[in-house]
Amino acid sequence: MNVAPNNQIPNSQGLVKGMHEQEVEIAPGTLFDAEEMVINMGPQHPSTHGVLRVILKLDGETVRDLDCDIGYLHRGVEKIAEHDTYAMITPYWDRLDYVAAVSNDLCYVGGVEKLLGVEVPRRAEYLRVILTELQRIASHLLWLGTHAIDIGAVTVLLYAFREREEILKIFEDFIGARLTAHAFRIGGLWWDAYPEFDKRVRDFLKILPGRIDEYETLLNANRIWLSRTVGIGILPADEAINLSLTGPVLRGSGVNYDLRKAQPYSAYPEFDFEIPLGENGDTYDRYLVRMAEIRQSIRIIEQALDGLPEGPVMAKVPKVIKPPVGEVYFSIEAPKGEIGVYLVSDGTTKPYRMRIRPPAFINLQSLRRLSIGHLVADVVALIGTIDIVLGEVDR
Amino acid sequence: MPAVKTTIGRRTLGEVIKRLLLFDLFKGLFVTFSYNWRALYEKREGGNPNQAIYTEQYPLERPRVSERFRGAPRLNLDPETGQTLCIACDLCALACPVDCIEVGSIRREVREGEKVNKKKVLTTFVFDTSRCMFCNLCSEACPTDCLELTQSFELAVYHRSGFRWDREMLEKGIDYVRYAK
Repeated sequence: MNVAPNNQIPNSQGLVKGMHEQEVEIAPGTLFDAEEMVINMGPQHPSTHGVLRVILKLDGETVRDLDCDIGYLHRGVEKIAEHDTYAMITPYWDRLDYVAAVSNDLCYVGGVEKLLGVEVPRRAEYLRVILTELQRIASHLLWLGTHAIDIGAVTVLLYAFREREEILKIFEDFIGARLTAHAFRIGGLWWDAYPEFDKRVRDFLKILPGRIDEYETLLNANRIWLSRTVGIGILPADEAINLSLTGPVLRGSGVNYDLRKAQPYSAYPEFDFEIPLGENGDTYDRYLVRMAEIRQSIRIIEQALDGLPEGPVMAKVPKVIKPPVGEVYFSIEAPKGEIGVYLVSDGTTKPYRMRIRPPAFINLQSLRRLSIGHLVADVVALIGTIDIVLGEVDR
Repeated sequence: MPAVKTTIGRRTLGEVIKRLLLFDLFKGLFVTFSYNWRALYEKREGGNPNQAIYTEQYPLERPRVSERFRGAPRLNLDPETGQTLCIACDLCALACPVDCIEVGSIRREVREGEKVNKKKVLTTFVFDTSRCMFCNLCSEACPTDCLELTQSFELAVYHRSGFRWDREMLEKGIDYVRYAK
């Protein structure tokens, strides 16, 4: 723990001046009488979900100010993309939000298809919807487990990972990898569904609602869980919109904005589902929204399996992908919010520029607004509730 | 379209009594102990989601690896002649996003029946598994189905030099130490 006198606040780089350069003299009595104290949380703190450094300015246990220091996982994916062909960039997208790799792939692949003007076969679109919704369930289950373990409910992690494992096994059989999936190719899918795919997914969907009830038995009735989440980090709808938040964090505040409805892509207009909304915009509502989203995802997958058309899974795409000169923005509703890609093509085999719009990076800026006035222990819950993945924040 | 409203209910008298009798505690413990009880008599069956014991006993119990799994690379041989299928076209190296494949070839006169053709012949093939991200793009680019990512997944080695797989290793695969039950 680094302690600095109260007149030294973090500068714009997030560094506390005087901590290392010069000896800080502390006059007798000021350390404990000081009204504010600056401490670091992370980047190795287990509940910051990766390598996030949070600089807290505390008054006792109460957070007075907060600054996030990011960039520890920066790999320069946007720059790498300028040197790679369009097909070679797809695996890098798995490594942005590595717990929802399939959703990321859909975003990038959809962007390139929009640039090329390729129409994807309907069977491929349906299979893409099934895989993306399974990934949404997997991502929310991982979020639930880690969020609960941050707050102190350890059992839920084991149960949530048990169900996530089933999804990963389905992915392994379908795609060939569990985490960094590389699920989609430009123009469709590489593999068609395997013979038992329909049965495996249906069996899983049959047991899942009962398992969600189980989590809710462990959490909704739990008075520790309620006192740690209800009324913590209340975010009104107008502020959530002003912070340009997306995903369950925005919908937890009661804003009905989901790209699957607002700006339908892939085969989503053909399915009947609802957008769960919160009322109070606190941590508990965001938890309820995600639980309800899992239930809606089950509905979508069941409809997609029922109406799965026959046919090819790959459109006719030239082997060397050379999109026409132009630019395109394509975004989808990933488990964490709107993930978008902005591609500029100069007519060659490599993109001139690729810009990623990551949901976690933009949602993370709400942490300061949410945390001020709460206790240090609540910061842990609030980092969990906005569901960040540092691979996506730093890119 | 009606949205699903999630609300927090106000506390009623029944809920206050439930709270006093620690109903929530016992409800949660019931779920946990129901699994504990089943774990005592239920046998572990790999891949059954309804089982109580879920942990895979790894070295003793081999995990089920799917057919499409992308693991250790392999250079396939022609089953009839035993010669390599690789035609040294370099497409895999061009498709690789991380440049982990090096294909070495020479132009040589090859006797095919009665004709003598000048052909590209594979000499060396180096695959750096420490840089590979197992995306399958090389295997998809291969025109002769020679390079393939197989189901073997135990790629740990003691030295960094062991990550550079040469042609012989790619054709034969690694020798694993198999632990018996």
